[in-house]
Amino acid sequence: MLVKLFNILSSGLIMGGVYAIIAMGMSIQYGVARILNVSHGEFIMVGAFLTFMLVKLHVNPLLAMVIISPAMFLVGFVLHRTVYKKLSDVSGSASTFESNSMLISFGLMFVLQNIGLQVWGSQQQAYPFLLTSVRILGTAIALNRMVVLLFAVAISLLFYLYLQKTRLGKAIRAVSQDAGSAALMGIKTHRVGAISFGIGAVLAGCAGSLISIINQFNTSMGMSYTIIAIIVVVLGGMGSVLGSLLGGFILGFIGTLVNYIDPSLSLVAYYLIIIVLLLVKPSGLMGGKS
Amino acid sequence: MKLLRAYREKPVRAVPAAAVVLILILLGLLPGMTPPYTTIMVGSVLMYIILSLCWNMFSGATGYISLATAAFFGLGVYASAFLGGTLPLPALMLVGGAAASVLAFLIGLITLRLRGVYFTIFTLGIVKLLEQLILYLEIHFNNTRGRFVVSHSYTEVFYALYVLLILLLAAILIIRRSRFGKALICIAEGEDAAQHIGINATMVKVLAFTISAFAMGAAGAAMATRWSYIDPYIAFNANYSFLPVLMVIFGGSRYLPGPIIGAAIFAYLQELLTTRFPYIYMLAMGLIMIAAILFMPRGILGLIYDGVRKIHKRKEAKADDGS
Repeated sequence: MLVKLFNILSSGLIMGGVYAIIAMGMSIQYGVARILNVSHGEFIMVGAFLTFMLVKLHVNPLLAMVIISPAMFLVGFVLHRTVYKKLSDVSGSASTFESNSMLISFGLMFVLQNIGLQVWGSQQQAYPFLLTSVRILGTAIALNRMVVLLFAVAISLLFYLYLQKTRLGKAIRAVSQDAGSAALMGIKTHRVGAISFGIGAVLAGCAGSLISIINQFNTSMGMSYTIIAIIVVVLGGMGSVLGSLLGGFILGFIGTLVNYIDPSLSLVAYYLIIIVLLLVKPSGLMGGKS
Repeated sequence: MKLLRAYREKPVRAVPAAAVVLILILLGLLPGMTPPYTTIMVGSVLMYIILSLCWNMFSGATGYISLATAAFFGLGVYASAFLGGTLPLPALMLVGGAAASVLAFLIGLITLRLRGVYFTIFTLGIVKLLEQLILYLEIHFNNTRGRFVVSHSYTEVFYALYVLLILLLAAILIIRRSRFGKALICIAEGEDAAQHIGINATMVKVLAFTISAFAMGAAGAAMATRWSYIDPYIAFNANYSFLPVLMVIFGGSRYLPGPIIGAAIFAYLQELLTTRFPYIYMLAMGLIMIAAILFMPRGILGLIYDGVRKIHKRKEAKADDGS
């Protein structure tokens, strides 16, 4: 019994860590740039496959994650500077921009997913990495899962400290709280928006690398991760980074628990959570006014 | 009153109306005159036209982006899967449409107070929930994944969709001229203002959502009898939610023919390209969707009307010079 409990706890923690990174990326993109990026899962897929390509060249996947991060940032940054900049020029109001930017990311989802399918095919992929296991409190845990958990926590902490301590982090938080006032204080909101969008892409890429270490992956996996990200973000409160961190772990535990009871119910449970949540408290756990 | 104005500004009204009637008559004669493949293909085009018109009836008019299309369509598909063989095709479509309407009414009542993106997420969540729930129920209680549907001939399905489309067009025209249609336009222009002049905005939105869902469900019920085998992934395929959005945006959501033109073009391209270049086709769809939002916010019809207006102005300017 204790062993089972420990198993659920450790799996929940690992899943939760990955979910947290995914959701923080989506959260900063929505909170700062006002873009609900439904192609977020596609960025995760691209991250996983870029890692896989580097692993085939005998690069350590964790090193691969570091290598692809600048590329992910650049893609996100340039995308925001071109497509979303143009969109904000043609959109009359903030709410038009919000709904149109979501539609654009739907288009982006089609584009990225089908580039993936064209380039990498549709088969399931996986590769071995640190397959030995360590014993903690009498239960065996695969070393690669431990490493993934460590990196997930490290990335989350790093990102949180970055937002709290650096000048740019402060600017990002300021824009997410009140873009109008932030602009009046001399913050270049568009630039900060582009940087945030880039950071979101980096977090998606990192999540993709970590997922590729412990799970099988394929080019159509994006949508399911997008939906997980949306659930966590709604759970934690749209635009709240701390809420996403918390929500990630909560969903990780719920997911593992349901998976333990009946694996075929886990997706049903996820969608049920999001629908009940939207009905009961659309502003989320850490969100302010709805 | 942007919508109304656009409607009035249309160049010569009688010509398009005559053209529409002519096209509809020709369409009605189609199955007898062309090879089976054409009938099947045009049938699919009709399905997308119906879905796009329905989507535009609610989302295009109110600005609430719904992705629940696949949910309503899928319910219709399952209505045929459960009742096929016991009921004739028109009855199946009525049941499918009614089921979709009930769902839409419930969704509308509880969610139309949700703001912008939350509403969109919710509707997509409903599609996915139904897909997974039905999959779970089928596997656990019926030991199957999918079902066989009692099939009807493609000609029968074609005429079912054809009649549905004509009824839908008639309904749209009637609604546009009614108080209800004007209330919808008011809500699109400014919901708060609409409420202030005494429009029950929530009720109008819920009604529009319910009406539009009916034809979506009916279309699903008809299509299912052509496929003969369905499972939750086929019935609730999220593409039925995404593609009509793209088609309407491309065609131009402000104009009545906009969704029809967008749907006709893309549904035809899809039939032509999906089997040979599935990935490139979907990739191009994504790119076109992005380009359409950025560069032609009023769709291809908006571009055409702008062009026509420019030519008119130039002519008027010339006439002025001459006098």
